[in-house]
Amino acid sequence: MTTVKPKKTVSWRKSVKGRRAIGIAITFALLVPLGIAFVLPFIVMVSTALKPLNQVFAFPPRLIPETLQWQNFPDGWYGYGYVDFTTCTWNSLKITLNNIIGNLVSCTLAAYAFARLKARGKNFFFAIVLATMLLPNEALVVPQYVLFSRFGWLDTHLPLMVPPWFGWPFFIFLLRQFFLTIPEELIDAAKIDGAGHARILMQIFIPLSKPALATLAIFAFIGNWNNFFGPLLYLRTPNVQTLPVCLVQYQGAYGNTEWHLMMAVATIAVIPVLLIFIFGQRYFVEGIATSGVKG
Amino acid sequence: MFRRLMRPISPSAKREERIFYLFILPWLIGLVLFNVGPVFGMLGLSFTDWRISLDNLQFVGLENYRTLFADPIFRISVGNTLYIVVGRVVFGTSFALLLAILLNQKVPGIPFFRAVYYLPTVTAGVAVALVWIWIFNPRLGILNYTLKQLGIQGPPWIFSKDWVKPSLILMSMFSVGPNMIILLAGLQGVPKELYESAEIDGAGNWAKFRNVTLPMLSPVLFFVIIISVVSSFQNFTEIRVMTEGGPGESSNVMIWYLWENAFIFLQLGVAAAVAWIMFVILMALTGIQFRLGRRWVYYEGEAR
Repeated sequence: MTTVKPKKTVSWRKSVKGRRAIGIAITFALLVPLGIAFVLPFIVMVSTALKPLNQVFAFPPRLIPETLQWQNFPDGWYGYGYVDFTTCTWNSLKITLNNIIGNLVSCTLAAYAFARLKARGKNFFFAIVLATMLLPNEALVVPQYVLFSRFGWLDTHLPLMVPPWFGWPFFIFLLRQFFLTIPEELIDAAKIDGAGHARILMQIFIPLSKPALATLAIFAFIGNWNNFFGPLLYLRTPNVQTLPVCLVQYQGAYGNTEWHLMMAVATIAVIPVLLIFIFGQRYFVEGIATSGVKG
Repeated sequence: MFRRLMRPISPSAKREERIFYLFILPWLIGLVLFNVGPVFGMLGLSFTDWRISLDNLQFVGLENYRTLFADPIFRISVGNTLYIVVGRVVFGTSFALLLAILLNQKVPGIPFFRAVYYLPTVTAGVAVALVWIWIFNPRLGILNYTLKQLGIQGPPWIFSKDWVKPSLILMSMFSVGPNMIILLAGLQGVPKELYESAEIDGAGNWAKFRNVTLPMLSPVLFFVIIISVVSSFQNFTEIRVMTEGGPGESSNVMIWYLWENAFIFLQLGVAAAVAWIMFVILMALTGIQFRLGRRWVYYEGEAR
């Protein structure tokens, strides 16, 4: 892949400059094809979403459709009477926003306590936070289902919207790691000024932790927007469903026939997370990197 | 420890302690209500003939566990789960490490590639699982078309018993984003001086990777592997959307088996037992990891 000609290169290749050039060439030879592979699923999705049905099954597959059939988007969205995508989207949005706020509030409090407050039993409870990070939540659905049915919450959004107000171990851990990096002197100075913990948290920690909080908000957005297991379990009536369940019902109804319409609705469903990711990318990557490792 | 707990403390320390417990209270309530309670409630229920209603439960002892171990499909689902877990951990982690190393090179455009590689992770969900069914289409899918251009006759992917599990592992390799970023941060945390002194000792690239990068990265790698094992058990979405455990039982994993028993066959006592066996397997795997970890994980400043 390099442009280096073998004959003259012996000395050039060993020179610092030459080795660096070869290194860059090899890196790009891997970076670029992998990058193409990673975006390919999206290209397939969007291009199928824009094709007329007869081109969907054409062989060889074309990545760029001959004609762009924008009509697929409204046709898919309103195409199937039983599934009301508009309602599903509003439901998804409502649940997602509530859960972001709930997670941020409850996890900030717990993270501050674990990072900055002294108390007997703290290490014990922090060990539990770490241990519950290893708990496979999907396996807990049976008893949780029973619990929520006892509360009379089935077929409402409550089983999805209430638990986020009670913390999430992974977020508590990440946020605590971040809070530990805030200099002690700032807190001491605030204490001398007579600030209590609530004020220290509100006026020092939260403003200084915007990148970390933004990271968690993005994480929570993605996780809740894509959540499929919970809604599938707790929701029955069409008008309370969320977007992922709608998509699966659509799949159930149209199976392997109306691929162009299915990809059209799938594309619409992905757009919000995509936007969040693109605009929040900077925070996101830094957030995981700074808080994730220093365990 | 007990004596330390009983030691009298100053009023201001007492106040701080009260605030501590006030602040962790929401999490603590959630822990009891949604985690600890369910885990132990489920243990109890796994010894009952629980089907639909919780009234008139009969204690059946180990009957549910006996039924499970006698069920060939359950054994298949355990095998499938372990297959996928091992595949995802081995290939997923190696791949994440490869990506992290690539992103750690000093070449232009890295932030762009980092975003591109992370992209499939954020969209992992029903919508993209649907796209993958189409990508895996043996006759018309882009994957086999590409292979054909390279002169390879592509397999039937998720539509065949032999290929469905490798297909799911392959697909999961597209969402290694978080692991990649964590490993990348780990790589960037390796002190430059170590590489410099290795170079002075005449170490080549491989020797540097083997003797500097890997040991320094091992705690991060360990963390990534532990987390990957847990997340590999929770692959319900793909299974529900793409295979429903099929073809045959070839992608019937434990979480799918649990779901079917609980919410389709309404054998809730059996499902509770499945969940408990899952916990035990997971705890055993984590325990083994920590055991093995002592041999290969290197912590700085630790006497060896």
